[in-house]
Amino acid sequence: MAISNDEVTAMARLARLAIDPDDIPGYAEQLSGILAFVARMDEVDTQSVEPLAHPLDLSARLRPDQVTESDQRDLFQSIAPEVERGLYLVPKVIE
Amino acid sequence: MSDTLPRSVASLAAGLARGEYSSVELTRHYLDRIAALDGALNSFITVCAEQALAEAAAADAARAAGHAGPLTGIPYANKDIFCTRGVRTSCASRMLDNFIAPYDATAVEKLRAAGLVMLGKTNMDEFAMGSSNESSYYGPVANPWDLARVPGGSSGGSAAAVAAGLAPLATGTDTGGSIRQPAAFCGISGLKPTYGRVSRYGMIAFASSLDQGGPMGYSAEDLALMLNALAGFDLRDSTSIERADEDFTRLLDAPVAGLRIGLPREYFDDQLDAGIRACVEAAVKTLQARGATVQEISLPHMSLAIPAYYVIAPAECSSNLSRYDGARFGYRCADPKDLTDLYCRSRGEGFGAEVKRRILIGTYALSSGYYDAYYRKAQQVRRLLRDDFMQAFDEVDVIIGPTTPTVAYQTGAHSKDPVTMYLGDIYTTAANLAGLPSLSIPAGFVDGLPVGMQMTAAHFDEARMLGLAHQYQRDSDWHLRAPAAFT
Repeated sequence: MAISNDEVTAMARLARLAIDPDDIPGYAEQLSGILAFVARMDEVDTQSVEPLAHPLDLSARLRPDQVTESDQRDLFQSIAPEVERGLYLVPKVIE
Repeated sequence: MSDTLPRSVASLAAGLARGEYSSVELTRHYLDRIAALDGALNSFITVCAEQALAEAAAADAARAAGHAGPLTGIPYANKDIFCTRGVRTSCASRMLDNFIAPYDATAVEKLRAAGLVMLGKTNMDEFAMGSSNESSYYGPVANPWDLARVPGGSSGGSAAAVAAGLAPLATGTDTGGSIRQPAAFCGISGLKPTYGRVSRYGMIAFASSLDQGGPMGYSAEDLALMLNALAGFDLRDSTSIERADEDFTRLLDAPVAGLRIGLPREYFDDQLDAGIRACVEAAVKTLQARGATVQEISLPHMSLAIPAYYVIAPAECSSNLSRYDGARFGYRCADPKDLTDLYCRSRGEGFGAEVKRRILIGTYALSSGYYDAYYRKAQQVRRLLRDDFMQAFDEVDVIIGPTTPTVAYQTGAHSKDPVTMYLGDIYTTAANLAGLPSLSIPAGFVDGLPVGMQMTAAHFDEARMLGLAHQYQRDSDWHLRAPAAFT
């Protein structure tokens, strides 16, 4: 199954990933190659097979709903690109 | 202290215990080697000389106060995927080039608590996506056995550093072979534990249902010692396995006689290099001579491991890497014109080509209309593969085969076509899909380049597998060989 240039563009938009327009045909070719390769899975009939989400068939553990973290906002924001008065700054979203 | 130290952590620890050298002296020895030799390898992204000497002094003080454990004062190199408070944790990506982690990974905390000294952070494939260490933002790593060849990946910096004697131990992570394949290419030992043994807290996520951290070193004995410090239940990792702690060295001297070895016929097919086949077969004969029984087994769905892996891993990666948004930490593009532009360009400029490829393919596999054909199908194949192994472990204790289909290849050899590089993971990805413990140890040389032998055991059976590997290393000296330029 081949991936078209338009599909690459659509995936990049979904993934919020800017890609150079010149690179799109290359991605389309490489991704098509990967898809052709993974299509080998169709050799086996899996209709009655339950998908395996966890190698040990365990589900995620829950913990009591208690506060366990202290406030470390200043530390976390010390590595942020842009902050002001404890808030993360991004370009204006609402006009 | 002498220029040539023993290639064994157990021996180094004995030297520390006898007072032949201090941890500060030992640490300085490795820091000097890094300064002198790493220019040719590029195995470290960040060297932490000052911090390492302070940790070494603390280890010496602990020893003087009578509080030394088996690894107190032993230096190690830490893959730059484990968060280290106050030290840059880059994951070899431009995205995290400016990221100073605000906390320590559990693995880092545990190694520090055991008295180990962190020499620095090692190079790797960007976000652990790669098998050759060529996708690092900080440049490729060279193989100490031949500088024109790759060290393997993604834990290529850790493997090269240990092989070149720049550190006696290192951490690695293994999502589809990223500990075992570089260990094989660089002629060292490396272990991927059972999924859930080593906490993933603070270990930057690639594919969360496959990722597992583990030890890299010269010998199976060293791996067992380091795993003792690394493993254990962690409340902060929701997939950490709740089990009592165990001593992974306890079966190192268990008899080989009576152990049942399985050789999957699918591992010894015509894609396998003849020289590698000969090395592994000779190693199996050595174990047979010690009383192990050997039988051929079959893992019928083996050929589907890489196709399933290259759906599941990119799908989980595309989800995990959505956290890098240019807003809260990491790289931000210049002059974003709106929020979407901020996201798109920060990610587009911050990620390298292989990471982008995997995000795109993963996004495709998870997108509406394709989910059943790809992700669900891959998870079904995954169960078939896991069941193949479960059946095999009814008959045998340890499965043995080659770690890689070829020895280390030339840098740039696979840069044109990703699928040809993915095929290099043909023997390793199955253990990740099934969550099984699996290791690689040196088993010989082909054309002067190291060959790895892979062992895989049932869930939680690391100790027995390490025992078999240790017994092989008592009868062989491949793991004691050092590359000529780095002796």
